[in-house]
Amino acid sequence: MPGITREEVAHLARLARLELKGEELDHFAGQLDDIIGAVARVSEVADQDVPPTSHPLPLTNVMRADEVRPSLTPEQALSGAPAQEQQRFKVPQILGED
Amino acid sequence: MTDNIIKLTAAEIARRIAAGDLTAVEVTEAHLARIEAVDEKVHAFLHVDREGALAQARAVDEKRARGEKLGPLAGVPLALKDIFTTVGMPTTVGSKILEGWIPPYDATLVKNLKAADVVILGKTNMDEFAMGSSTENSAYGPTGNPWDLTRIPGGSGGGSSAALAAYEAPLAIGTDTGGSIRQPAAVTGTVGVKPTYGGVSRYGMVAFSSSLDQGGPCARTVLDAALLHEAIAGHDPLDSTSIDAPVPPVVEAALSGSVGGMRVGVVKQFRGEGYQAGVVQRFDESVELLRSLGAEIVELDCPTFDLALSAYYLIAPSECSSNLARFDAMRYGLRVGDDGTRSAEDVTALTREAGFGDEVKRRIILGTYALSSGYYDAYYGSAQKVRTLITREFEKAFEEVDVIVSPTTPTTAFPIGERADDPMAMYLADLCTIPTNLAGNAAMSLPCGLAPEDGLPVGLQIIAPAMKDDRLYKVGAAVEAAFVEKWGHPLLEEAPSL
Amino acid sequence: MTVTELLSYEAALAEYDPVMGLEVHVELGTRTKMFCGCSTELGAEPNSQTCPTCLGMPGSLPVVNAIGVESAIKIGLALHCEIAEWCRFARKNYFYPDMPKNFQTSQYDEPIAFNGYLDVQLEDGEIFRVEIERAHMEEDTGKSLHVGGATGRIHGASHSLLDYNRAGIPLIEIVTKPIEGAGERAPEVAKAYVAELRELIRALGVSDARMDKGQMRCDVNLSLRPHGTKTFGTRSETKNVNSLRSVERAARFEIQRHAAVLTSGGTIVQETRHFHEDDGSTTSGRIKDNAEDYRYFPEPDLVPVAPAREWIEELRKGLPELPRVRRNRLREEWGVSELDMQSILNAGAVDAIVATIEAGADAASARKWWMGELARNANEQGVSLEELAITPADVARVSALVASGDLNDKLARQVIEGVLAGEGTPDAVVEKRGLKVVSDDGALGTAVDEAIAGNAAIADKIRGGKVAAVGALVGAVMKATRGQADAAKVKDLILEKLGVSEG
Ligand SMILES: [Mg+2]
Ligand SMILES: [Zn+2]
Repeated sequence: MPGITREEVAHLARLARLELKGEELDHFAGQLDDIIGAVARVSEVADQDVPPTSHPLPLTNVMRADEVRPSLTPEQALSGAPAQEQQRFKVPQILGED
Repeated sequence: MTDNIIKLTAAEIARRIAAGDLTAVEVTEAHLARIEAVDEKVHAFLHVDREGALAQARAVDEKRARGEKLGPLAGVPLALKDIFTTVGMPTTVGSKILEGWIPPYDATLVKNLKAADVVILGKTNMDEFAMGSSTENSAYGPTGNPWDLTRIPGGSGGGSSAALAAYEAPLAIGTDTGGSIRQPAAVTGTVGVKPTYGGVSRYGMVAFSSSLDQGGPCARTVLDAALLHEAIAGHDPLDSTSIDAPVPPVVEAALSGSVGGMRVGVVKQFRGEGYQAGVVQRFDESVELLRSLGAEIVELDCPTFDLALSAYYLIAPSECSSNLARFDAMRYGLRVGDDGTRSAEDVTALTREAGFGDEVKRRIILGTYALSSGYYDAYYGSAQKVRTLITREFEKAFEEVDVIVSPTTPTTAFPIGERADDPMAMYLADLCTIPTNLAGNAAMSLPCGLAPEDGLPVGLQIIAPAMKDDRLYKVGAAVEAAFVEKWGHPLLEEAPSL
Repeated sequence: MTVTELLSYEAALAEYDPVMGLEVHVELGTRTKMFCGCSTELGAEPNSQTCPTCLGMPGSLPVVNAIGVESAIKIGLALHCEIAEWCRFARKNYFYPDMPKNFQTSQYDEPIAFNGYLDVQLEDGEIFRVEIERAHMEEDTGKSLHVGGATGRIHGASHSLLDYNRAGIPLIEIVTKPIEGAGERAPEVAKAYVAELRELIRALGVSDARMDKGQMRCDVNLSLRPHGTKTFGTRSETKNVNSLRSVERAARFEIQRHAAVLTSGGTIVQETRHFHEDDGSTTSGRIKDNAEDYRYFPEPDLVPVAPAREWIEELRKGLPELPRVRRNRLREEWGVSELDMQSILNAGAVDAIVATIEAGADAASARKWWMGELARNANEQGVSLEELAITPADVARVSALVASGDLNDKLARQVIEGVLAGEGTPDAVVEKRGLKVVSDDGALGTAVDEAIAGNAAIADKIRGGKVAAVGALVGAVMKATRGQADAAKVKDLILEKLGVSEG
């Protein structure tokens, strides 16, 4: 199993929106390399022909009727907002898609 | 008087309130006074809701005065892990990123507690986002183990267990993703139960790893745990993974403890390297006790259990990396770096950097890695196969036995700071508890003595098949009664007074 | 705006073969959101239709809307898809402020419906089969308002304001297999496909599929390959093309742009493109590089959907007549040609004509008014037929007035004009404008006498047996009565007065 490099950690941190500091990258890279080295043991079963279990319950088809339930009030919805304006969540400028 | 009240069991408190021998307000005040007196040292609580608790207590007393029938836990105080949403009370999940957040809605479990007239004293300390086994990962400082304040109370629900062991509350709520109810119970000499996955609603319980997380009862006795279990369990239409079936008869089982004629499994894989000698000794004595009480002991071999920890440390981080993405500084919680020039993207990244602690960041990165293209099959995919194999081994085992027993955790409480920067060493604390989370079945930890070498509590884990939670209580009550008779008193009485 | 090099359409097609993929998102018309009980009603106050779940609050959990699943299955069945026996939701992980959880609950490798097709009819009546890859369930995002920029656009904005009322509204994403072999008709196929899909969705009653309201949104993926080659070229993904005409224009533009890049020796960048309604162009959006990694995994907060086969058969039985089948039936009932039916469809007049017939008109006149007077009017105003201020019942009433002889065609047109101008019902317009056929025999008789007197030569010809010449006298009478006479009656009267009988 491959280990994990500092560059990979930096890439993962970007994907996960974590602005890691330089020393954190080094620190985490070392620790994660150890952890991944240990947990990679699971691949011992990779070639076994067993179905994956994503969930411990055998339930299916849990659905609700299409009936309106009370929403929060806008005040409640916005009560934890770091900033608000015009009854909307105010957020910094959004980059990317138009 | 106060001293007597705080040492009462929940069942006894409820009985006396119902009988009019105590008022709920008296009981609540006694516990608030205890918190006042000792919590500076223990630091079990992140938030104490003095006014709210007293108002709830008064409502119970008024209800009784009106002649209304009181429930089996009416007026009993409880310490709530700070992972459940509560209207009017902060919910931080032990994280800076949610500091000061007051949810606009109550978790289903909280609604159930209120409906049962349980008095919620406040919110307890925990490892940030329930990630940890020592409560050292709380952004608000560690909790001390009442047996030795320089040692960890277990985690992530160390606050809840410490509150019980320090007599700050007779009942507490925990959540168990990889052992976060059972391991703290073990190292504080208290009782903790992880119900069958889906037995207790997760609605309003801040998610760490959705397919593993399960809320459950913490108490000082098996019966108290059963009473609390019954109050919080049951189907919830707001949680799609909630089981739509009657709650197993846990209280009845706790009241009729016995192991006569039962077949009890001992798994080969739950001992060996890394297990403290005193823990193994107390465990072996427990097995002997079970045998003497009429149980038949069956040796079991579950080889895939050796892979459980590895599978867990892929599955839980994967799910958490997605569950915790919502903490982005846009709608609630902390926002850092919004100086009018930075983009939302940058503000999110700066906030998450500032708001999450090391362990949370580590797991987010690990999970992001395990789910990323090119690695998914080798890591997440294989981990899920391990999950299947472990489930099958449990199924096979439960064809032969009624319950399985093991040590709850390989060692007693370790000193605060000892494993703080050694994640792999920390993860070993959950060696025996994790297989149950992966398979979704039920388990309990209860005290089985003190390790001779350090005088600290050792936990006995009992594991039952899914939806057979009542077996935990039946066996647990029998073991508890036998030990108390042997010791002459509950184990917790041996704890040094605070 | 940067100027994009384009090759002429003909030159592009001479050199290359276009391959298209169309992704359509349909917002379902359920009462509540996909995973929570919040209302989906449009036009509510910002953030008034939100709850812990659709705001992605800590601790909240999703529960699947049964009608959302049912609608997805209906769409799948109508598209001749197989319906999964067992499928799951998956999380698509990426950060964006309009998406509260920073993952979209969607489906990944286990869509509820897959492997289907939709036959679409092109303008000349030819049928083109578009293969369907999959249809899956997911949820919509919130809406952002960009503040501080010049045009309300994202670029240059100082901050944004988010309203999550739309977040969590059920979406069905319908993805075609690569559409090959359409050649120069690719843009027409794209348009016809989206049009047919829209008809289908409406017929199923699962959504109004109003593109102008964002209830149906289309992404056009396009690549070119040199004639005779098999491998696909690099594709561009033009996002949010939100009218039928735009779908056609976007495909056409991208064909010409790709061709220009390729013929000049350049390479196509795999990227998203934005479509501009004003000039029909597309501009570069986000580059799709390897950094994009959605890390899909099965949604652990939901359990699998395993629709029972009996339920599916029940839904299949309940499917309405599919639009193309219905059009063929109507074509026969109305007795019109394929070509006429196609123009009725293109004009968006099918439902209006059906409703007018249901309101009592005969097929011919219903068709005549909607495809004539009203289509012209809608065209002039640049609106759709359904947006005209006249109902099928009004049109049926006008046609009844004509049938009874109370109005002639010319007057009927004036009545319609009045209704469109908001003057009221047809009867009210007749009343107000005094539009009635002159049927008073006295007044008409005088007009006829005057016409005969003033056109003695023609009158003689008619008396001599040239009955066809009567038209000129009828015209004179109509002119004298300013059109308010019944032409047939005038003709009878003239012939009677001249002592001639027809035939
Ligand atoms: Mg999509
Ligand atoms: Zn909602």
